[in-house]
Amino acid sequence: MKKTGARIYTFLIFLFLYAPILVLIVFSFNGSETASRTVWGGFSLRWYQKLFEDRLILEALRNTLFIAAVSAAASTVLGTMAAIGINSLKRLPRRIMMNITNFPMVNPEIVTGVSLMLLFVSAVRLFGGRSLGMGSLVAAHITFCLPYVILSVLPKLRQLDPNLYEAAQDLGCPPVKAFFKVVLPEIMPGIVTGMIMAFTLSIDDFVISYFTSGTTQTLPIYIYSMTRKRISPEINALSTVLFAVIMVLLIVINVRSFQDRGGRQKAEHPEIVQK
Amino acid sequence: MKKRTKKYHALHMALYTALCPVLTILAPAQTAMAEAAPNKGVTINVYNWGEYIANGTDDSLDINEEFTRRTGIQVNYTTFDSNEALYSKLAGGGADYDVIIPSDYMVSRLISENMLAELDFSNIPNFEYIDERFRDPDYDPGSRYSVPYTWGVVGLFYNTDYIKEDITSWSALWDDRYAGKILMFDNPRDSFAIAQFLLGQSLNTADESDWAEAAALLKQQKPLVQAYVMDRIFDKMESEEAWIAPYYAGDAAILVDNSDNIRFVVPEEGTNFFVDAMCIPITSSHKAEAEAYINFLCSPEIAGANMDYVGYSTPESAAKAYISAEMVESSIYYPDEETLKRTQIFVNLPEETAKLVDSLWAEAKMGGPGESAVLIAIILGFLGLYIAILIYKRRKRRRELA
Repeated sequence: MKKTGARIYTFLIFLFLYAPILVLIVFSFNGSETASRTVWGGFSLRWYQKLFEDRLILEALRNTLFIAAVSAAASTVLGTMAAIGINSLKRLPRRIMMNITNFPMVNPEIVTGVSLMLLFVSAVRLFGGRSLGMGSLVAAHITFCLPYVILSVLPKLRQLDPNLYEAAQDLGCPPVKAFFKVVLPEIMPGIVTGMIMAFTLSIDDFVISYFTSGTTQTLPIYIYSMTRKRISPEINALSTVLFAVIMVLLIVINVRSFQDRGGRQKAEHPEIVQK
Repeated sequence: MKKRTKKYHALHMALYTALCPVLTILAPAQTAMAEAAPNKGVTINVYNWGEYIANGTDDSLDINEEFTRRTGIQVNYTTFDSNEALYSKLAGGGADYDVIIPSDYMVSRLISENMLAELDFSNIPNFEYIDERFRDPDYDPGSRYSVPYTWGVVGLFYNTDYIKEDITSWSALWDDRYAGKILMFDNPRDSFAIAQFLLGQSLNTADESDWAEAAALLKQQKPLVQAYVMDRIFDKMESEEAWIAPYYAGDAAILVDNSDNIRFVVPEEGTNFFVDAMCIPITSSHKAEAEAYINFLCSPEIAGANMDYVGYSTPESAAKAYISAEMVESSIYYPDEETLKRTQIFVNLPEETAKLVDSLWAEAKMGGPGESAVLIAIILGFLGLYIAILIYKRRKRRRELA
């Protein structure tokens, strides 16, 4: 009895989480002439066809993916370096640094957006540029992604035994090599989590991009600009494609890491398999 | 400069092919009809409403691509959702636009704030095709800064299954038989316009008492209104959740086309007539190329193909030859002379009036200061709860210590 209750509860939670995505996917196949979001007009692939013909959406998607890739990579490198630095600080300066890095996260996005815009506009004027664009967008995205990377790398550094690094050096490893051979593999899970988070945050972002985009258009801004008429089901189709790609990626990663772990366990502990 | 843009494009293309090879393959291979003009290495930035140009889908003409092919000028095309968004982008600096397409009242505001460049009409010979009615408009006396792109009227859409009588007046939106099934615009100018037509005022009045009177009428209507919406009217009307709603004719015509029981009418009191017009910001660095773009959009063949896809009305009679006959004959897209005589156009309001309208609108829509009292009460409630928890915790700790 208790178990069925728990099951129903879990089911409801998942329903709540996934129902919107399900509706979105179903309506991406809606054949209705009026692009309705409530009336079903038969199965059709027309929105997919339209999506792949629509240069504006594809261009916005390309910009978004480009910005997300560049800013995720840059903020991961910078954030990891910052985390290592913060980790080796003494207690008080570390607390101060952590508060400073946390501040942009609790700051309302719109404040960050407007202040970055003001900064970029004055910088552009100072250096005689004409307009904000790709450059300012990437800079802004790196800025708001950084704290998340730092926060996901730091716990891994805390868990790391500081003696390992020193032991490597004792055994004759130069510091740089010791870092890449000993420290980096240990904190890798944190770095990967941080990078994925930075990537998704960057794809998602609307408010900050809205203010710092200049004459470049990202996907969220493009979608928002459709609201005078109505958001075309092409967007449903696009979201479905993105959702499917991410799901396949996740499955592949999970299967691979599962096989990997299984293989390693077999090699290192043959007795486990025998049991 | 030339080199840099090229490099930028090369980088873009490389990424494009790397990230989405599937998309590249699926993109239709557009065969050039005539030989393409050589790349001039100039990119103009165009800022237009979302979903407001033919883009090559559904067998339409890809306007921007065609322009690039004919002239060798690249187009960086981006979109906005409201006149106010456009304004803040321009005023905030940091955006270098060459062609923008604001609506009537925003054109007059931009002119009055010296943000538009005067057009050189020797570069826009196709202006001759613009109909007489659209020249020398109220928002741009003498047509010195703007060239009309589209126009339309606001009208009432209603569902004949539920509303049996023939509606002829805006007062239907105040009819309590339809209470809870009425939709209204979610922006002050369009909503006030409806009340102002009922009261017989000018849409651009500077008289405070006129506005107050219109606001009172809107307040009176509020209990009957289901929701203040913009694009959601499509879903609500289609699913019969709402029965009657005002909207822009060009956008909502699709509702009438696709369902037998939705009818469109322009009420007898008159209605708002709106124009979206192409302008060049004073900061533009490629004015001649921008004028070439405007000229291109004005050639009847292009304007026709464009409007055939967008579903708005063209200000050029010559362009109608390139639009499907169904649309040209429809009274939704092209209302008769009689109806057009009853229309008024928005002009920018003086700053004080605009502020007054904004606050009156907030009051009408939200229910005025009465609700801010509720808000304060809620905040105080939360504060009280928070303090109570704090006190409880402190007491508990003291008890545990003791």
